[in-house]
Amino acid sequence: MNKPEVNTMLVHESALEASIEKAKTRRNIFLSTPALIVLVLAASGPLLIMLFYSFLTPGDYGGVVWKGSIEAWFKVFMRRDIFEGTLLPADAHLSIFWRSVKLSGLTTILCLIFGFPTAYFIATRPKRQRNIWLFIVTVPFWTNLLIRTFAIMELIRNNGTINKSLQALGIIDEPIQMMYTDMAIAIGMTYVYLPLMILPLYASIERLDFNLLEAAYDLYATRMRVLRKVIIPLVKPGLVAGSILVFVPSLGAYVTPRVLGGGMHLMLGNLIELQFGQGKNWPLGAALSITLLAIVMGSMMLYVRSVNQRANNDE
Amino acid sequence: MKKIKLTSLYSSILTVGILASPGAFAAGELNIFNWGNYTNPELVVKFEKTYDVKVTVTDYDSNDAALAKVKAGGHGFDIVVPSSNYIPIWISEGLLIKTRPDQMENFGNVSSDWNNPDWDVGRHYSVPWVWGSVGNVVDTSMYKGDINTSAIFLDPPDELVGKINVPPEMSDVIGMALYYVGSEPCTSDKAALKRASEVLTLAKPKWLSQGYGIIEKFAGRDLGASLYWNGAGLRARQKNSDVRFGYPREGYILWMDNVVVLKDANNVENAKLFQNFIMAPENAAMVSNFAKYANGIDGSSAFMSSDLTEAPEVQIPAEHLANGHFLDTCSPAVNTMYTAIWTELLK
Amino acid sequence: MFVALISGPITMNSKLNKVRSKPFNATRVPTFFTFALVCIFILYAPMLPLVFYSFNSGSSLSLWEGFSWRWYQAAWQNSHVQEVTWRSLYLAFQASLYSTILATMAALGTTRTKKYKGQNLIYALINQPLMVPEVVTAVALLICFASIKVATGYTGMAYLVLAHTAFCIPFAYLPIRARLENMDLNLEHAAADLYASPWRVFRRVTLPLLFPGILAGAMLAFVISLDDVVITEFVKTAGQDTLPTYMLGQLRRVLTPEIHAISSVLLAISVTLVGLLFLMSKKES
Repeated sequence: MNKPEVNTMLVHESALEASIEKAKTRRNIFLSTPALIVLVLAASGPLLIMLFYSFLTPGDYGGVVWKGSIEAWFKVFMRRDIFEGTLLPADAHLSIFWRSVKLSGLTTILCLIFGFPTAYFIATRPKRQRNIWLFIVTVPFWTNLLIRTFAIMELIRNNGTINKSLQALGIIDEPIQMMYTDMAIAIGMTYVYLPLMILPLYASIERLDFNLLEAAYDLYATRMRVLRKVIIPLVKPGLVAGSILVFVPSLGAYVTPRVLGGGMHLMLGNLIELQFGQGKNWPLGAALSITLLAIVMGSMMLYVRSVNQRANNDE
Repeated sequence: MKKIKLTSLYSSILTVGILASPGAFAAGELNIFNWGNYTNPELVVKFEKTYDVKVTVTDYDSNDAALAKVKAGGHGFDIVVPSSNYIPIWISEGLLIKTRPDQMENFGNVSSDWNNPDWDVGRHYSVPWVWGSVGNVVDTSMYKGDINTSAIFLDPPDELVGKINVPPEMSDVIGMALYYVGSEPCTSDKAALKRASEVLTLAKPKWLSQGYGIIEKFAGRDLGASLYWNGAGLRARQKNSDVRFGYPREGYILWMDNVVVLKDANNVENAKLFQNFIMAPENAAMVSNFAKYANGIDGSSAFMSSDLTEAPEVQIPAEHLANGHFLDTCSPAVNTMYTAIWTELLK
Repeated sequence: MFVALISGPITMNSKLNKVRSKPFNATRVPTFFTFALVCIFILYAPMLPLVFYSFNSGSSLSLWEGFSWRWYQAAWQNSHVQEVTWRSLYLAFQASLYSTILATMAALGTTRTKKYKGQNLIYALINQPLMVPEVVTAVALLICFASIKVATGYTGMAYLVLAHTAFCIPFAYLPIRARLENMDLNLEHAAADLYASPWRVFRRVTLPLLFPGILAGAMLAFVISLDDVVITEFVKTAGQDTLPTYMLGQLRRVLTPEIHAISSVLLAISVTLVGLLFLMSKKES
């Protein structure tokens, strides 16, 4: 064929490809639109209102007054000592934030430790049974969060089931103080957020080609190596999804930490709730939440991007 | 095949759900917004039957949440039951109707102690629901000393260290601490606030928890003492006979929840009927018997259960009467200082 | 061949016996097995005292005073508690249904595609409800919806359904997306090559493969909606209490074993459902 004809054909082909790509993109955006509409109406849109509120003045008894002010943003980072009048960094906010991050991190790790084997177990049941096992795992979560938290409290308090049985068996003399500790909060939150780790992990593991595992094993890989080098990279999407679903909401949790931790230390969720409640300072509450949102979103973007980059490097 | 079954399952559930919405067959409606677990279902049924009105009761768990919801509008409530220190806020924000309970039929039953309070002079807006106090609930098997002092939770004796609960109620706790250091709640005296803050900070390591739901804890002997509302003290004593209620002599807090009618209520006439209804002694007694608190209506003790009429938690002994005071509404500036103290205390 | 890839236990390859002394069955990993069973036991363990004490004749949740049906009777007669329970279940059902459908569509639109403009933004928007403490969304929704309620006079359940659907979307989305990312595009391409229309490809190939993820997402959404207290508390209008908001009100005062009775009933119903499903699946095979 003559060169110009080939060129024309190639140009036509690439133009065709480009329009197919465009059509695909349009279709993808079209698919996402209904979800986005609902979200904008009832999640992101209202959030813009919060952003707006953070630049207003608090009303006398709650609510806001339509007067612009950056006082709220100032208060997120700095505080004026009420007695001395000196300007100090808002260390209370920082220590509260750090405590919440630590506990959420601990919760996520605990959920991974318990959730991964369980998800793996369910994914390796005979096909017919898998849905049943899924239901079995989520059924306890049909009872209310408050009830579940109280149930945990019943188990771990000083005169509760665990301590009473240990004492009856003679293993310990005095009850172990589990209640009102950070460990209690971690246990409680793990219990509450476990299905959010198990379900995405299951969805990912179920898709695993177990032939690959066997092949790796036959090539003299130890079980540990099979886990690290074969399973984990393949179920990465599930791991990412599960970690996000546990870590992020647990940052804003406040019911479980309050009931099990004794409420003596504010968590991030309590701090923000205080501003909308007894604190009567909505703009500060709004500003604190936006700050939290920014930090979490930023970290999530970084995390997902680094995971994808590593995945791309592996390919 | 599976999918078809699922689709028909979903649509049938949706249809049943839509059809199952209850309809009102009564002549009128009344929508009450009250604290959780505070409204006697039998009282509601009696009111429904007497006036042929369908009543809904919706719950809230804090004064601020109720205020926020009603201020925002579109709530559908006719009646709310705020606490005394919030009533001036509701009035000044223009959220209430002047229903003039003082001109209603049953107003004569309202006890002279309660018919002209500071927060609603002349009772132009509100009707008493129940009232009570904040004091020390103590398990006397763990501590045998004087329980009528705020030192129980602010400077605890050794036997009680590590066994104390303080509720996460900022106004009540800081208020009691201010009384303890010789000042009073809602003061803008910075020196007094500083002393109160220091007392609280020193006391906090000796507390076990800051939560609600103490009745079970006293029953299980997990707690030695708690600053708490008197009604819970009564219930705790009924489960653990060693429990006693102390009235701090440095100053303790009184509160009253009152029934008011909202300006954007849809059923104003029924709401007024309800206000009048609960001023009758038998009905006030029903309120009390359910909530386990005293009410403000004379003659209701004849209908109240004996565990209430004889309880020292509910009928304040004469020697402690003078030390109880109602909380004022703190000014916004003072509230900001309160919040700062509270955040520093709990960080 | 594809079926073999997707399903079931892999048995050992006898040919390789001489290479490895121990057979490797990827589906029987003992440590995982024990962990999983321990985990499931732990999940149910706190439920047992709950069910146990719902039969307590006393009102305590820790002191046993004898067997009694008292609280079940109380729950049976308490029409308010039943009403709020039904409302909670129905709301959760609707939220789960709508959010799963929307999330599935969104997942299909954002996964396994070439990166296009705005994809990251869409991903961020979808996950945003997770990242903000509920009280903030709750107050914001209160303000938004209140003005609509005042303007239109409509105060039905639609606001709650909308709010719940919105915050359930990320919970449904993430498991579906995780599942989708692992799926092989080749199958769908193969189907397309065999002259199947895009809709048929979706119905016959994509959807069945995606189903475990969809089910996982739907169940998560259901559970999340059932538990929600803060947003419901602020968005509800008169007479729209749900089970969690009803309990929140009780929290400050007395938590009666009536609630335990209701929870035990819910638990019993769900366990029965699971049992029925099990029997049905056995019959199918």
